[in-house]
Parts: sequence; C-alpha cells; structure tokens
Amino acid sequence: MIVETGHYALVLAFALCLVQMVVPLWGSLTGDRTLMAVAAPVSLMQFALVALSFAALTYAYLVSDFSVLNVIENSHSQKPLIYKISGVWGNHEGSMLLWVLTLSLFGALVALRAKRMPEDLAATALSIQSWVLGAFLLFILLTSNPFARVGAPPMEGRDLNPLLQDPGLAIHPPLLYLGYVGLSITFSFAAAALIHGRIDAQWARWVRPWTLIAWMFLTIGISMGSYWAYYTLGWGGFWFWDPVENASLMPWLAATALLHSALVMEKRDALKIWTILLAILAFSLSLLGAFLVRSGVLTSVHSFANDPDRGVFILAILVFFIGGSLSLFAFRVQSLKQGGIFAPISREGALVFNNLLLTTSCATVLVGTLYPLALEAATGAKISVGPPFFNLTFVPLFVPLFLAIPIGQLLAWKRGDILGAVQRLTFAVGMAVVAGLILAFARGEPVLSVLFAGLAVYVIVGAFIETWGRVIAGGYSPVLMWRRAIGLPLSQWGSAIAHAGAGVTLFGLAATGWGVERIVGMKPGDNVNLGPYIVTLEDVERRKGPNYVETAAHMTIREGGVVVGKLDPSRKFYAHRSMTTTDAGLRTIELGQVHIVIPEQNSDGSLDVRLYWKPYVTLIWIGSIIMFLGGGFSLADRRLRVGYARRPREPKVQTAPAPAE
Amino acid sequence: MTRKQRRLTMIAAALTVLGIALGLVLVAMRDNIVFFYSPAEIAQKDIKPGTRMRLGGLVKTGSVERGADRLVSFVVSDGAGEVRVRYTGLLPDLFREGQGIVAEGVLEDVRSFRADSVLAKHDETYMPREVADALKKQGHWQNEKQGDSK
Repeated sequence: MIVETGHYALVLAFALCLVQMVVPLWGSLTGDRTLMAVAAPVSLMQFALVALSFAALTYAYLVSDFSVLNVIENSHSQKPLIYKISGVWGNHEGSMLLWVLTLSLFGALVALRAKRMPEDLAATALSIQSWVLGAFLLFILLTSNPFARVGAPPMEGRDLNPLLQDPGLAIHPPLLYLGYVGLSITFSFAAAALIHGRIDAQWARWVRPWTLIAWMFLTIGISMGSYWAYYTLGWGGFWFWDPVENASLMPWLAATALLHSALVMEKRDALKIWTILLAILAFSLSLLGAFLVRSGVLTSVHSFANDPDRGVFILAILVFFIGGSLSLFAFRVQSLKQGGIFAPISREGALVFNNLLLTTSCATVLVGTLYPLALEAATGAKISVGPPFFNLTFVPLFVPLFLAIPIGQLLAWKRGDILGAVQRLTFAVGMAVVAGLILAFARGEPVLSVLFAGLAVYVIVGAFIETWGRVIAGGYSPVLMWRRAIGLPLSQWGSAIAHAGAGVTLFGLAATGWGVERIVGMKPGDNVNLGPYIVTLEDVERRKGPNYVETAAHMTIREGGVVVGKLDPSRKFYAHRSMTTTDAGLRTIELGQVHIVIPEQNSDGSLDVRLYWKPYVTLIWIGSIIMFLGGGFSLADRRLRVGYARRPREPKVQTAPAPAE
Repeated sequence: MTRKQRRLTMIAAALTVLGIALGLVLVAMRDNIVFFYSPAEIAQKDIKPGTRMRLGGLVKTGSVERGADRLVSFVVSDGAGEVRVRYTGLLPDLFREGQGIVAEGVLEDVRSFRADSVLAKHDETYMPREVADALKKQGHWQNEKQGDSK
C-alpha cells in the first residue's frame, strides 16, 4: 500500500508539473497576478509529493519489502541499517528519485523566497524548474519505475553491490546531487531572465546565492567522492580522470566560472551575455553528466547497468533543454546592452581571465571525455584517453590561474594597478620561496612537487593579503584589529577563505610527488620500510561479518622504534554476489596517511601487501572543506544583503553599484 | 582605452588561451592516446609489434600461471584469437579465470603481450564494455544477463 502511495505521489507530482509548466508562465507573460501566484504553492506541493514518494521507497528498503523489484535487486535483509537507507540511491531508479527530490527541493526553496523577487521572474523561474522536474518525472515513470512489484516475492534480496556498502556512499551522492541539481535553479533563472528580457545587476544578485549553494555542495560532493574512491577502491589514487569523474568536474568548473562572472555582473553590470550563457552551460554539463552515467555509453565503476531506451530518453531531455535555452539565448542576445566599462588590468579583467582559463580547461576536459566516444561512433576504433592527456592539457591551464588568484584579489574595480598588487604580494612570494626551500631540503625530489607546493603557499598567503591590509588599516592594536576584522563583510572573509582552500588542496596535490609505494610479499613477523616508518605484519585473521567473510591483516607502524599506529587492512568476500572487495587500512599521521591494502594471499601463505606513505595527502580534502566553509561565509553575508534588493514589480530596478569589496 | 580597444584586447587574450589549449590538446592527443584491440583484431589489422595498446578479452580458463616475484602469465581470448599476456604486479580484485579484463602494455608479437597494467574497470555485471563489444563482434557473446546486449 505504502509503495503504491509512493508511486501515486510521483504521478500526482507530474500532474502538478503540467499545471506549473503552463499557468505561471502564461500569467507572467500576460501580467496576470492570480496566475503567477499559483507558482509558489504548487512548487511546495511538488516537493511534498516527491518527498512522500522518496519516503515510501525508503520505507520499502527499511522493512526489506521483497515484493518490490528495486529492493530485491539492491538490498538484503541482513544488511546494516545505514546501507539499507543508502541503498535507496545506490541504484539507477532510486538515484533518479533522489535527483527529482533535489530538483523539487530547490523549486520549493525558491518558492519560499519568492516574495523577495519580482513576481514575474519568480513565477517564470518556478515554471521552468517544473519543466525540468516534469521531464525527469516522466523519465522515471516511463523507464525507471522504482516501485515496480514482482508477482512472486523471493525470500531474500540480491544485496547492494559491496563496493557501494560504505559510509562514503551514504553521503557522497546526496551532496553531489545538491550541487548538480542546484545548478538547475540557476538555469531556470537564466531562462526566465531571457524570457522577460530583464538581465541586469539585480538578476545577478538574486541568482548568485543559488549558484553559491550549488557550487559549495558540488565542491564537497566531488571531494567526498574522491575520498571514497581513495579508500574503498584500494587503488591508492583519488582521481582517475574517469569519464564519470570528469562529468562532475565539468559542471564544477563552469559553476566556479559562473560565480565569478556573476560577481562582475552584480557589481558592474558587465559580462551579462557571458554570465547567462554560463548559467545555461553549467546545467547543460550537469545534464550531460547524467546522460554519460546512465546511457551506457561508457564503462565505469560509477555507471549503472543500462538500458538503451533510458539513454535515448535522457538524450532527448538534454537536447530539448540545451537546444531550447540556447535558441532563447540567440533570440534575446541582440537586445542585451553591455554595461560598465573597465580596463583590462582591473578586478573585472582578472575575473575575465579567471573565466577564460576555467572555461578553456573545462573545454579540454570535455574534449578528452567525449573524443573517444565520438571516434568510436565515427570509425569504430576504441581508444582510451587517460591521465597523461589531462595532465598535459589541464595542469598548464591551472598554473596561470593559481598565479593570478592573489593578484586579482588585490586589483581595484574598473582600473587596477598591477605593479602595486604585485608589490603587496612580496610577503606571499617570500613565504612561498621559504616554504619551497624548506620542502626542497626536507623532502627533495621531485622538483615539480616543490614548485607546486611553493605556488600553493603563495595562493594561501596571498588570499589573505587584502583582508589583512584592511584589518591593520587602523593600526596594530589587537583590540582595534579585532574590531576591524569582525567589521569586515563576511563575503570578504568568504572569498579569502575559499581561495586559501584552493591553495590547501593544491598543496595536497603537489605533495603526492613525495609519496612512497611498496609492493611486497609478507609473512607474519615480517618488517618493511615505508618512508619514515617501519611496518610489521603481526598476524592474519579470518572473521565473519553480517554478510561477508573477511581476511584481515594486523599491522603495526613504528617510527624509530615507537609505535605510531595500528592498521587492519582486509579483504571481504561477499557470498551473495561472489565478489571480493578490498578495505584499505588507513592511518592518518599528522597530515599524511599510511595506506595499506592486501590484494592477494599467495599459495605459500604469505600476503601480497601494497603499502603507501602519502605525506600531506589529507590536505586535498581539507582544502575542499575550507572552500565549502568559505562559500558558507559568503552566503551568510548575502542573506543579510538580499534585504535591500526588495523592490518587486519595477521594470527598471537599478541600485547604484555597491562599493568594491 | 576605448570600448573597441578593450574588446580587441579581450578577444586577443581569449584567442591566445584557446590557441595554447588547442596546441596542448593536439600534442596530448598525438602522444597519449592508446587504441584498444581484441586478440583477433591484432591479427586482422596487422598491428606491429612494439605498439602500445590495450588488449581485452576473456581470461582463458586454466591458463593462469604464477611465477616468482609476482610474475603472472595468462591467455586472453576472444574466441577467434588468443594472446599470452605477461604481467608483473598485483592483479585487481576482479581478476579471475573466465572473466573479462583489459590490459594495457606493449605488443611483443602477434601472440604475446607485455602488460604494465591490468584494469578492473567494469560495470555491475563485471564485464568491460570494450570486451563485451569485441566478443559480440567475434560472435561469442552468450551472457544474456548483460544489460546492453539487447
């Protein structure tokens, strides 16, 4: 009964979408306020219905209702509770349900804040959001019904793919979807702005917080996904330039560019065409990602078992929304007037440079991801484009970007003084050189790691130069400095923190060059040298878990005779799927990690062990958390500021450009 | 600086960055792209020994031999052809006889291949897509559970 209710709620939500697709849009075009007023409550109802549907599927998983096909295929009554819940989105149908839940959530959030925007813009944006939601609901209802029942329920389910039975899976997809799907609302606003021809600084002010939210969750989602791959897949790597990873990286790059160009639009009323185009592209890349993952065109640990019909359906959605929005864009682009003028050397100029590099690097990732598919379709030849390709194209584009970040933060709007900015960065450069020299002595080769670590220090220190300058502007008395520090706009801190976070991540990436990898056969009692540590295999134990059998190795890490940690890397064998997974043993020591996997047991009883020492590796993920927090600071500021933009129903709302941050 | 000059500066900057990116992409495409062949295709397409490539197929049952120092040797077959692969290192979790694998390395001659990595990329049904396609091409596709075999 509950399961049918869930299915019915989805159908109802789709029916509401049909209403929402037409009524508010019509109202906004004819200026009928009654019709426009439909948008907000309907959006809230859509969310309630989709949430109900999601809850119904979750319930089926919790009680292990094996009359539901989806539950049979992906669950097992013995599975721990958390994986019963995360199993809901560990498969194609359930993850689509999470996708539409997120879509409707963003619609509902905008509906709650709709009073702060012009009625017609809000109504149109919610209507467009319903077009997207409706398309995906139809996709679920027609091709991927998660509520399908079976005639003869089996006693037991087939269990979730063991690789996915991990806390990482419990949090990584929802975070990532908040990011991916969050970009839909920016897209809806862009389409609404194009429909009404109202594209101005005010628009950017409404849209930037949404982009920021999406960007924050995309950042943290990608980073958690990379950490999950790092510790579950047992390959010791954290980024493989896998097409599915690229599919999440591309919207991130576009969203990062969009955040910065929307800033120019908000402050200076410039780059309007570009910003709208980026808003469309960012969500288009999200859709492309959905297509790549679900259509079966590529092979990846992330992809779901596929059905060609679904691929065609998503392709149709993709073509409709990208094609539709770009046509609208082409139709309106003539009428857009360019705003504020600025010199090439200025804050705006720096942000344009940022956009240029971000979008170009995004394009190279797109080429590397799609070229093999295109070549195969055209000639039948199968090729692989691996990490060397991306290292050679992506990295050289990011170096100038990192060099420019601190400079850009110090340039004034309109016309900047690049020599002055560089002078103010002397301290940051000095710190970078000192850090580079220390690391060169302490860690040595490779030279690239030293250079990139130095670059990272420059970015981190440079990120705070502007803020520091303001804090000490009133003198060095601690009380005064504290007062000035808390008096600064939160977005100023947010920007400094987020950029420093990027530097921290860069440092972690640079440090991978100093890693040590050993592969050895070990018997209990054997020692092996690993960087500064000695690792001992104490003994090997076999134990039984709820739905697997496990071989665990007990290992001790010593530094200079002192025990610094113990590790139990293991291999689990899941009988239900006759599949083996490797659980890496991970021990964080300072900022680095010892990572040990036991891929094989040899016939003579010895274990093949793969050991890594990765200094500073945790900084890669810590950096992304810092970026997330930076975004949060900026968002907190924005919420206070949105207040004075409250001037609905005035065609030419224009506030004077806010003073430079 | 006039509006026109400003626009020209921007376009010049954009073209420079795009040009650099295009150059990088072309160089990277030339040197870092690896083709995939199945054992039968190696013979059909007359692939030269010394070529860097990816080889995919099923691990022939009973063909896995393990030597000292993690040297492994096994036969990869697509039904129409067979190639012996030698590899030193740890095999992925999903490596087993009768399963599909993809190995990357250098072709030594038509019947032997020196792998420097053996990949475990797969979907939920544990079959690399390249291998599935190659097997279908050779008419040896039997796995009906495979989602995209319809």
